[in-house]
Amino acid sequence: MTARPGFVLEVDRSTPPTLFWYGENFRLERLPRSSRILYPPEPLPAIRDVRTAIENALDNPAGDQKPLDALLFPGMQLTIAFDDVSLPLPQMTAPDIRSLVIEAVLERAAQAGVEDVQLVAALALHRRMTEGELKHAVGKRAYNALKPRGLLTQHDAEDQANMLEIGHTDQGELVEINRRAAESDLLVYVNINLVSMDGGHKSVATGLASYASIRHHHNVKTMVQSRSFMDRHSSELHSSNWRMGRLIKDAGIKIFQIETTLNTNTFPDSFRFLQRREWEWDLRDRASFVAANGALAKTPPALARQIFHSIRSPYGVTGVNAGEVEAVHDLTLAKVFEQQLVRVEGQTDILTMGLPFVGPYNVNSIMNPILVYCLSLGYFFNMYRHKPLVRKGGVVIISHPTRPEFDPAFHPSYIDFYEQVLTETTDPLIIEQKYEETFARDPWYIHLYRTGNAYHGVHPFYMWYWGAHALDHLGGVIVMGGDPKTVRRLGFKPASTLNDALEMAGSIVGANPTVTHLHSPPLVMADVY
Amino acid sequence: MFDVLKGKTVFVTGGTGFLGTAFIESALRKLPDTRLAVLIRPGRNASAAKRLERDILRNSCFDRLRSELGADGFRDTVRNRLLPVAGDVSIDGLGLDEAGRELLAEADVVIHSAATVSFDATLDQAVEINLLGPGRVLSTYRELRSATLSAHFVSVSTAYVAGSRKGDAAETSLSRQPHYPRVSWKDEVTSARELRRLVEQRSREAKRLLHFRSAAEEELGPAGVALLAERTERLRLDWVKSEMVSLGRARAQSLGWPDAYAMTKALGEQALEELAATIPVSVIRPSIIESAVSEPYPGWIRGFRMAEPIIISFARGLLKDFPGAAEAVIDVIPVDYVVGALLAVAASPPPPEITFYHSASGSLNPLRYSKLVTLVRKYFSDHPLYDDRGSAIKIPEWTYPGRGEVESKLNRSKELLRALNRLMTRLPLRGTLLDYQDRLAETRVTLERAQSYVELYGAYAECEANYLFSNLLRITANLDPADRQLLSVDPREIDWERFILETHLPSVVEHARAKTSPTRQRGESREDRLRRSLLTGRRIVVFDLENTLIAANVVDSFAWLATERSSPGRKGIIATTLLAEAPKLLSLDARDRSDFLRYFYRRYRGADIAELEDQSTRFMTAFLLRKSFPKGLARVRAHRAAGHYTVLVTGALSFIVEPIAPLFDEIVALEMPQDEGRLTGEIRGALPIGEARADLLRQLARSHGYGEEDSIAYADSTSDLPLLEAAGVAVAVNPDPRLRQLARRRGWLIEEWSRSPGYPSLFLPLGSQL
Repeated sequence: MTARPGFVLEVDRSTPPTLFWYGENFRLERLPRSSRILYPPEPLPAIRDVRTAIENALDNPAGDQKPLDALLFPGMQLTIAFDDVSLPLPQMTAPDIRSLVIEAVLERAAQAGVEDVQLVAALALHRRMTEGELKHAVGKRAYNALKPRGLLTQHDAEDQANMLEIGHTDQGELVEINRRAAESDLLVYVNINLVSMDGGHKSVATGLASYASIRHHHNVKTMVQSRSFMDRHSSELHSSNWRMGRLIKDAGIKIFQIETTLNTNTFPDSFRFLQRREWEWDLRDRASFVAANGALAKTPPALARQIFHSIRSPYGVTGVNAGEVEAVHDLTLAKVFEQQLVRVEGQTDILTMGLPFVGPYNVNSIMNPILVYCLSLGYFFNMYRHKPLVRKGGVVIISHPTRPEFDPAFHPSYIDFYEQVLTETTDPLIIEQKYEETFARDPWYIHLYRTGNAYHGVHPFYMWYWGAHALDHLGGVIVMGGDPKTVRRLGFKPASTLNDALEMAGSIVGANPTVTHLHSPPLVMADVY
Repeated sequence: MFDVLKGKTVFVTGGTGFLGTAFIESALRKLPDTRLAVLIRPGRNASAAKRLERDILRNSCFDRLRSELGADGFRDTVRNRLLPVAGDVSIDGLGLDEAGRELLAEADVVIHSAATVSFDATLDQAVEINLLGPGRVLSTYRELRSATLSAHFVSVSTAYVAGSRKGDAAETSLSRQPHYPRVSWKDEVTSARELRRLVEQRSREAKRLLHFRSAAEEELGPAGVALLAERTERLRLDWVKSEMVSLGRARAQSLGWPDAYAMTKALGEQALEELAATIPVSVIRPSIIESAVSEPYPGWIRGFRMAEPIIISFARGLLKDFPGAAEAVIDVIPVDYVVGALLAVAASPPPPEITFYHSASGSLNPLRYSKLVTLVRKYFSDHPLYDDRGSAIKIPEWTYPGRGEVESKLNRSKELLRALNRLMTRLPLRGTLLDYQDRLAETRVTLERAQSYVELYGAYAECEANYLFSNLLRITANLDPADRQLLSVDPREIDWERFILETHLPSVVEHARAKTSPTRQRGESREDRLRRSLLTGRRIVVFDLENTLIAANVVDSFAWLATERSSPGRKGIIATTLLAEAPKLLSLDARDRSDFLRYFYRRYRGADIAELEDQSTRFMTAFLLRKSFPKGLARVRAHRAAGHYTVLVTGALSFIVEPIAPLFDEIVALEMPQDEGRLTGEIRGALPIGEARADLLRQLARSHGYGEEDSIAYADSTSDLPLLEAAGVAVAVNPDPRLRQLARRRGWLIEEWSRSPGYPSLFLPLGSQL
């Protein structure tokens, strides 16, 4: 079975209402006639025998790299770093692809007589994973074997003693990464490349780095020059990471990169309608939509959230590539684009998007207003190549309830960012200048990051920077169905219905605007010409 | 001007009062060559000189003089002509030092205006000051003043010495008036002092003390022995006071006076007459003194006087009825007219025998009750007051009811409110219902106030005597015409309508700080101001934990830890057991928190410490932080950022709060001893709760070099009252209804902090795998 390619639908009289994510629920909205809707290709066929694919990849590395077995020897120090809980979204049904890869690598290591093996979750400044999440990511066997002996750790960017300065790039960027990873004879990195931003040199240069190092590319200037950060070749974020990655390589740190790609089979059968194109819904799809929509509307948000976060995605693995970082990543990107890219002719005045219950930073938690901002203006807006989907001075319309809710355990500094910073200004440059340092160095946030499950104090700032390019580009942002006070705090405008939102947008972009909808789920990326 | 007083010394008592202040100002301004000696009772922390500056000269009364003379000129005038004399009219001999005695000896005129004018003064206090005061001052003056020099003693009394009778009241000695009760002032003095002893004794009877104690408990809840004792004693003193007030009123009314004030003033005149043999005495009897018509400036008034509370209550729609007949005369006299009378009398030759002067308006220029009500209604229809929501308050229709009718109506409402309030303090309230409770409490206070006005002033409204007015006219006629020009004496000059609408009511409204426009108050609210001030200075800040910073208690945390790793079935068992035990735990907690904690903490016996440590990250994430009040944590951090020393004081076990320890500079929690890696379930030593918390606060403040006044305490329940009371600044966080009422009464900042809304709140938090 081959997957149908993605395409752009033009709305006409016969087009049924379109599905919009609306946080922990959905809405069906009728888009104006001649609006365009971007549908990604259908899920690519999955590799049937993933284990064999992994073995093949380990034995046949891409680029200038030896097979894994040739890199393993008794008495060596081996570190396996892996992507954290921010990928994939939602979490995939067990076994997680990372666990399969890790098991294979551990198996090879054991055969080669390697005894000093450690696993490190490449958190960067993300929250520490919970025990359950760790167990899911690395698999029960690895967890039970390594965790009790302290050999399964999570990267601690604030543990100064266990960071190693590698040097500075030719642009003066400090490179400082996890000491164990840097000093190992071999660093194996296990990734899941859900979107084109992930992977490559970013895995190690960001995932295992410190605040002092990350700040060189996680800042407003870099983000405004990343157009988009989903397109590595036009992304200053990636250029910086590539400079760092090459410095790491030149420093003699041996990395065996294993990247995996997934198809867009995101939802289990009970949520089948989410995966289908609306005009192809059958009776069962319609019925499940009505039932789910009605029930969710009556469910308290906290419970609805719990229900959604317990969903495990039946993703299929579409590729496993191993070897030298850059060569592997090229193969990976090709696969990601094959799954997500849709060619679009011309920009639009108004871009509409529905935001789901989950983004990379609120797995098992609340999508707070700052994450709403980041997911829309950071992630979704940047799902383009060549040109932004929306024209300069255009408007983005978001569908999300945007409640002023926060997780005080995972996102403690977000609360203060919302209450203390956003009440003063929403300008990324001023925010960066005036507040970043204080939050980043705050001992309480550092304590929570190191001993609890909290994102680093500086993390909400990065969320804000990720929207900087979009803020720079757009004429306005409207949140449909969002809590008005909260929406205004973000610097956006609230609207209660799509028609209101379109009318408001019209006053910014002019009469008879063109409208394009970024259909989600599943993930779609626009190739704009 | 006033040549007769040139180079003379006038000795004034009661200078800090309404009339006294006005007199001093007027004398300073109009008698440039006269010296004033002012008798002032030194306060606890203020000398007579300091009180002269603070309580007299800083009053707006002197604004005019200050601007006329300039700052330097004013200072010189005060330094040269205004001499503070430390003393007390309630002590025989006035407690004067040598300098004071010299000044009194040099006084050519003594103006005695010191009195307790509060109409609800206790009987014995009124006797000491109003009855015995004039005689004391006169005796001391006579003793010190050389017989060869001229002397004049001018005493301020009240027109209401005439009592609650109708008909003409003459300007003569009361003893010459018909129907005057023949009582001996000496007997009244003796019996008033005797009554004080008696009432004090009765207040100490076991039954009564028990009653005070239970009233204190109802008010404070389990606030600890020390605070309850303090409150109980306060209630006893209040009872004694109110008993003495009602005994005084009863005695006065039995003799035909409206209250003890009028009675003691009358008997004071009588005492004065007996002593008046050697020194000329004048007695001035003003009626109700009100704001100034023109001097020092139109509308000047000091303190919240008799009619104002009634007028304001009316305008606010609180007082719907006030007893009185429409035709009755309200005898008021503006303060500058009384000052005029005092100056006129002081400037006149001392009378050969005791002389009485009315300073009243009723006989010459009567203001009728109906007219007053019409004017007040007109004024407030044109210039309504506004409520907190910004809408104009409708003023009620006046019905001129009798006193009994009004009182019983008020009583009924008050009882109903009291019952409602009692009910509400027992309910666990939150949110909008709390606002309702606040409003209820406010209404109750207002009603109580209204009732006391009716009780206090109702009797005056029934005084319908006609105070004859001729002696003042006679002596002013004899004054130098130029001097006469400077004085307001004759009430016929007063245009009531103009005075009330243009001068008096605006001044009353301004004084009451009533809301006169619908706009909400601009700038920061009182709460914001308080909040901001909290974060200034050098402070030590003590935080309670449970329900102050996190929505949890010892039972919750135990349940979480005990169930985190257990199977659903086992979870159910633990939850059910705790629920079944809840009533017992609650009542134990309400009775004695220490007992409760010791009892409950036994459950930890045998708990594996390594396992607890293993749970610590999950406990922090799923319990401590998700149940925290983010605003509370932010406040702790704000205090630290301001350089304050922050301390967590909690009855929780130390390992429970360990994960959030870095939030504070110091933590005071309970330590549970260990035995071979397991907890023992015992708590040794005193628990940091109740009074112990107050002691702890003092100790902490001392050991870190802070004064008690530099301390701030945050807590949520009345059991923390000792801590809150001991702190320099108290903040009630999510207070229970009882604490809320107390906090509002004391003007404490109240914070309503809640959990982040994203997580459901379970009755018992059962641990779950993250």
